[in-house]
This record gives sequence, structure tokens and C-alpha cells, in this order.
Amino acid sequence: MKLRDVAHSRTGDKGNTSNISVIAYRPEDFPLIRELVTVERVRTQLAGLNPSQVTRYELPKLGALNFVIAGALGGGVTRSLALDAHGKALSSILLDMDLERS
Amino acid sequence: MRSIRLGAGAGYSGDRIEPAVDLAASGDLDYLVFECLAERTIALAQGARQADPNAGYDPLLDERMRAVLPVASRNGTRIISNMGAANPLAAARRIGGIAQELGVALKVAAVTGDDVLDVVTSGNWPIEETGGHILDLGNRILSANAYLGAAPIVEALSAGADIVLTGRVADPALFLAPMIHEFGWAIDAWDRLGQGTLVGHLMECAGQVTGGYFADPGKKDVSNLARLGFPIAEVRDDGEAVITKLPGTGGAVTAATCKEQLLYEIHDPAAYFQPDLIADFSEASVEEIAPDRVRIAGGRGRQHNGALKVSVGYLDGWIGEGEISYAGPGAVARGRLALEIVRERLAITGVALSDIRADLIGLNSLYPGASHADPPEVRLRIAGRTNSQAEAMRIGNEVETLYTNGPAGGGGASKSTRRSIGVVSVLIPRERAQPHVEILEVVP
Repeated sequence: MKLRDVAHSRTGDKGNTSNISVIAYRPEDFPLIRELVTVERVRTQLAGLNPSQVTRYELPKLGALNFVIAGALGGGVTRSLALDAHGKALSSILLDMDLERS
Repeated sequence: MRSIRLGAGAGYSGDRIEPAVDLAASGDLDYLVFECLAERTIALAQGARQADPNAGYDPLLDERMRAVLPVASRNGTRIISNMGAANPLAAARRIGGIAQELGVALKVAAVTGDDVLDVVTSGNWPIEETGGHILDLGNRILSANAYLGAAPIVEALSAGADIVLTGRVADPALFLAPMIHEFGWAIDAWDRLGQGTLVGHLMECAGQVTGGYFADPGKKDVSNLARLGFPIAEVRDDGEAVITKLPGTGGAVTAATCKEQLLYEIHDPAAYFQPDLIADFSEASVEEIAPDRVRIAGGRGRQHNGALKVSVGYLDGWIGEGEISYAGPGAVARGRLALEIVRERLAITGVALSDIRADLIGLNSLYPGASHADPPEVRLRIAGRTNSQAEAMRIGNEVETLYTNGPAGGGGASKSTRRSIGVVSVLIPRERAQPHVEILEVVP
């Protein structure tokens, strides 16, 4: 199972920091998401970005997690050399994560 | 219990205009808010203003106002916008001129005082992001604008302004201000202000809460995105609100669209720093109460920390870019060969680069490290940072010369240059920014 099967996501950017939400479609899937989508797993999934810090916030009332990924955007939207300088596409990369107990 | 109706007419400077006209015509709105000011926009607009004292406001101001003003004025809908950018006064005068032309009587207010370039350049303030200091930027600073709060907009509304134009103001404050004005919320009613900020945050990107930027066919289907309706917030005097949209428009307002927008550009949801307060969305709730109607509650707040965030724009040189495409079997190998050639050429010809990035679009341009089966086509893209435009131009030129000098079958070369504007933040004591409201009365 992929994270994309049970959750949706949107990426936001502030300076050189990206934030990626992970929102359960159904409240009953949130405990599994909370258990498996850890800071470590997100670091692995987004290793190509080489972030300086990854922080996770929990919003149980919304069935959502919020990942704040510092140093991930090549200097931020105004000066990044990347095609997707906002990092808008990163939510789709995160949702490709395998959702299995290791 | 009293309530007001707020509409969001734009989520960014270049946004669609018809949804705002629809809202002004049929939304039964008390206020229509246009959020049009991105991070680097004000730095570029500052340059425009230096070249021409009557310039520096949003380039679509004329077109938007001509489309919206007559119907908004007829329906008694007041307009609030940060389209003043680097020159709210000039923008207010321009709108005055348009209103004269259209025969509309109104009061336009300009909110100034966000420009704190003097304050920022008179001290060596620490830079939030880098650990460095303002003096490190030398003479490259273009602009310094404090994020103002709701107070000066409330002042303008109390003075009877039909249109309020601002420069840099915290986006949610554009929506919070009419709530404070209409409901008389106290300056320290932290939970009310927190809930109002939550509603403002949901509205500030317009179509992003009504199903825009949400569709994922098969997973999240959204109908009629070409006719996406922009959001309406029905806000009660205790702050509780319903997000909805006009019947018959495209898109959807659901718990899911509201949750995605709630977390958009949020870091710690329990500490969302605003000029007027620290908002707390951690206990917020969204509830579908009818089709395209979602109730928003549970936003809270606490006292601000006494500081204002200032966005400092600085010249960071130039970016040059070149692209060219390869197709068919071996496309990736030819793309990789082309990249090597360009890198070598930039070294041989001595192009002075401080940073360079090379991607194959279709393979690894959106996410570095992606490795999938070879795609049927790729587009080489190479971008570099330089000190001058002439130097930046040479990057794209080296890509273009691949037409006759590079691997087989390269097509569709393009090249461009643009200014690179850096943006960093500093914090100043809030009393160092002095907001000012000026009212212009138009009598046609």
C-alpha cells in the first residue's frame, strides 16, 4: 500500500523551508499514518533534498500530520535554480511512500 | 447574532478575474478581498517606483478594478487589497481616476508605513534565516517591508473607506480587519482574533480552498475547474464561520479542501506568528454541514511577541537558463552527454558562475534522485547564477549551440535570463513601524 491510497497532501513554502501536510481521507486510517509516517521515514523518502532538519506536528482532530522540512528548497523560491522553485511537487513524491510495517 | 459575508477575489497577483466579478455581482458580499502580493514582488515593485514615483503598484490593478468596481459599488461591497504593493498612495490615486471615469463616488484609503527601509538599514539586525546580519548584504538591499497587522485597515474602514489599499500586510489580516471593524473585537480578544486569522488563512489563496490545486483524478475528483468559484466566508460575530461558494460555479468546498488549505504554508500549527497575535490552529475543526458548506471553528490565539517580521529584498545577481529536448531511444544518454558538453563549455569559455544546476526534465527535475525507467523524451535544463546579465546570457547560448555542435536530434532550444532577488527576514520592535492611513474622496 502507498501513502497515496489513504492520504492526501499539499506542499507550502516559506523561504528555504518546505512544509508538507499528510491528511487521512478517513479518520480510522490516521492511527496507522501516525505510526508509520515518521520523521525518519520522511527523511528517507525525501533524501534527495538533503534537508537540514525535519520536524513533525500532529493534528489528531483533523487526522493530519504536518512535516516542516528545513533547508530543502535550494535557497527558496526567489533565488532557487530549480525548475519547481517552490517545491510544489514534493507532496506527490511524499505520497509515493510505501506504507508498510518494516 | 450578527454575521458578515467576505469573499476572496484573488489568491495571487495574476489570478483569474471573472470569479471575483461573479462574487461581486451575486455573492451578497459585505467585503471582497484581493491578496496579490508575493514574497519578492515588493522588491521588484520598489525598483519600478524608484524609476517612476507613480509606479510600483500591482500591474493588474487597472484591469481588476475596472472589472469589479462598478458592480461592487452598486452592491455596497467594500474592497480590501494589498495591490498597493510598493506604492499604495499611487494605487489609491489611480483607482480614484478610474472611479471618476466610471462615474462612481467613493472613498479610497491608502495604508502606508510598512516600508521600513530606513529602520532596517540604520541598524545591524540579525537575519533570521542565515545567522548573518543586515550589513552583510552591503549596498545590495532593495526593500524592507514590515508585515503590518489589521489595525490600520480597521482605521480606514472606520473612516468610511469603500476601498482600502495596502502594501505589505499579513495576508490573513486583510480578512481579520473587517471582522474586527464589524464586530468590535477587542485588541486582546486573542481567541476571537485566532479564529478570525484561521478564517483569513483559509480564504487568502482564494480558489485553493474551493477545490483549486486539489484535483488528483481517480483519488480526488473535482468538477468544472475551468469555472472554479472563489470562496465566501460567512462569519458570525463570535468568529465561527462557514466557507462556501456561489451555486453553479465549479470546484468543491469539502472538509478535505479546507484541511489542505488549513495547513498550507504553516509550520507549528500551535504557533502561527502574526503581527496582531500568535494564532493557534492545533485544535481547529472543519465540518461539512451541507454540500459546499464547511463549518470552521476552534481557532485560538495568544498575545503577540512584540516583534514585527520584516521582509528584506536584496539583489542577488542574475539567473541564466537554457533548455533543449531529446526524444526516442537513447534520449537520456544524449541528454546526459549534452549536459556534460555544456558544463565543459562554460568552463572553457570562463563563464563566472557562483552556482549551477542541471536537470533532465522528465527524469529528475522536480525531485533530485528520482530513478525510473528511461522516458520516451527528456528536456535538458541548465540554470546558473552570475553577477551580470551578459554573463547569464552565455549559459543559454551554450545550450543553444548544441543545435549544430551537440548530440544528435536536439530540438526546441530556448534561453532566458532574469534577476535573482533574495529575500530574508529580520524582526524589529513593533513600535518601529508607524502605519498611516490617507483617505482620498472621489466625487465624479
